[in-house]
Amino acid sequence: MSTPNGNAPRSHFKAGVVEYSSADRFYYDPGYTPKDTELLAAFRITPQAGVPWEEAAAAVAAESSSGTWTTVWSDLLTDQARYAGRTYRIESVPGRDDQFIAYIAYPLDLFEEGSMPNLLSSIVGNVFGFKAIRALRLEDLRIPTVLLATFGGPPHGIQVERDMLNKYGRPLLGATMKPKLGLSAKNYGRVVYEALRGGLDFTKDDENITSQPFMRWRDRFSFVMEAVLKAEAETGERKGHYLNVTAGTMEEMYKRAETAKAFGAPIIMVDYLTVGFTAFASLTNWCRDNGVLLHAHRAMHAVMDRQPNHGIHWRVLAKWCRVVGADHVHNGTVVGKLEGERGSTLGSTDLLRERYVERDLARGIYFDQDWLSMPGMLPVASGGIHVWHMPELLDIFGDDVILQFGGGTLGHPWGSAAGAEANRVALEACVQARNEGRELVREGPDILRAAAAHSPALRVALETWKDITFNFDTVDKLDAPQEA
Amino acid sequence: MTNTLRTETFSYLPPMTEAQVLAQINHILVNGWIPGIEYTYRPDPHNSFWNFYELPLFDAKAPEDVMEAVNACRAAHPGAYIKLTGYDNKRQAQVLAFVVERPAEEAPAAG
Repeated sequence: MSTPNGNAPRSHFKAGVVEYSSADRFYYDPGYTPKDTELLAAFRITPQAGVPWEEAAAAVAAESSSGTWTTVWSDLLTDQARYAGRTYRIESVPGRDDQFIAYIAYPLDLFEEGSMPNLLSSIVGNVFGFKAIRALRLEDLRIPTVLLATFGGPPHGIQVERDMLNKYGRPLLGATMKPKLGLSAKNYGRVVYEALRGGLDFTKDDENITSQPFMRWRDRFSFVMEAVLKAEAETGERKGHYLNVTAGTMEEMYKRAETAKAFGAPIIMVDYLTVGFTAFASLTNWCRDNGVLLHAHRAMHAVMDRQPNHGIHWRVLAKWCRVVGADHVHNGTVVGKLEGERGSTLGSTDLLRERYVERDLARGIYFDQDWLSMPGMLPVASGGIHVWHMPELLDIFGDDVILQFGGGTLGHPWGSAAGAEANRVALEACVQARNEGRELVREGPDILRAAAAHSPALRVALETWKDITFNFDTVDKLDAPQEA
Repeated sequence: MTNTLRTETFSYLPPMTEAQVLAQINHILVNGWIPGIEYTYRPDPHNSFWNFYELPLFDAKAPEDVMEAVNACRAAHPGAYIKLTGYDNKRQAQVLAFVVERPAEEAPAAG
């Protein structure tokens, strides 16, 4: 081919399409040992029929890092070895021949410090629509500590929250106020007051309550905080209500957060996925600077994390939540009405709370993750749980969790104050029994019945929910164990 | 008896027997935590710092040692609220707190 000048080409640039897995393009590099500074990703790849695994994996590595579908002359102006994502390992999935797991290492240079949108636009950006693959799922991500340290993390973390609220040695108790939409601000404040005076630590706005015509945000904040302060004065205990400041602009969110703080609110709430990671990070910084706790709601997560073959696993969304930073996030219950397989939920619980989490495929953890000194977050277990679940919930999650009984509080025949008291008595009886060395799961029903002897509210709650279970199978399951 | 003041863990349970308190102290000690005793006459919800009754019991070996200190605090500060706490110096955190003594007549709740 000649140049526009009609001369023979003097450049060694060869235009055209070269396989992604070609050895001189670095994207498929099975002998490669990842560096401690590299970001590692585990993708579940379902390639189109006829596309070899190596090529599909290399294509994902290329499209999520430095490569594109064809060679370009300006490739020759850069050191591609330095900027290429490399597939360094491929694993088969037991019982599935249509999909596999690709492990890809991304050089640190590909990422801007402290920017979650930048990280997302690379790792889960255009690559998810790539034609050579039928489906793609990000299963896990190892964030290197050098990158982790450029993010803020939770504004306060578990231990500071306990100190701020003066609550030690037990899970915290909460409830979402119902009906979700349609109460006036004063009636809403009444529901909050009843639940808090009955014995809850927290009540909560629902994710889609913001500032609708039937209840504008400032009216809600005002009546809710009157309820919180009154319940505190009556019980001698610190209380809070997650005031949802989710709004259409950052300016509006700051305004609502400032007002919440001025009213004495210890905690606010944000829908961290629907507001976007930049808004989430800004609000996190505001909370850290203003001594206000931040509750993150994960509305929209199931759009990304429910399909087993495509999207982003919840454990990754949970990691991103801790990296950017909130003090609480919803994380599944194991026992209630919402999706959440046991091993997988325990895995994401560890990722939210622990300082170091080791690879453990039985919990869906593909990589060791060191969290350095970044504080942990309280996972929130919520959805279809009631008082009979208390022994098992305490056994599964231990103390550092928030148990939210919505229907299980407000649905009590005597009202929400009695519902709250029933849950609090049950919780404290279980904690006392555990500390005495008793076996919670085996002795749970006996522990609850004995506690009900001095709490009529608990006795009625036990009667009301005695036969309620949710035994549907989960949609998103972990892979079967690898053959030894 | 219904507690008026609901501060700290176990405030929704009936007052503990001495054996039950000893079991909780044992839980603190077997976990390697450090027991402490605090008292106040002003259990305001925003009072984070009740008075120390002596320093935390760093050298406590048996639950009975701690119980002896609780009883000494009772004798020294009649009519006070007294709580038992547990510190975990590895987590740099307080990890348990519960009220072991209340005045016979609690002030009525505000409101």
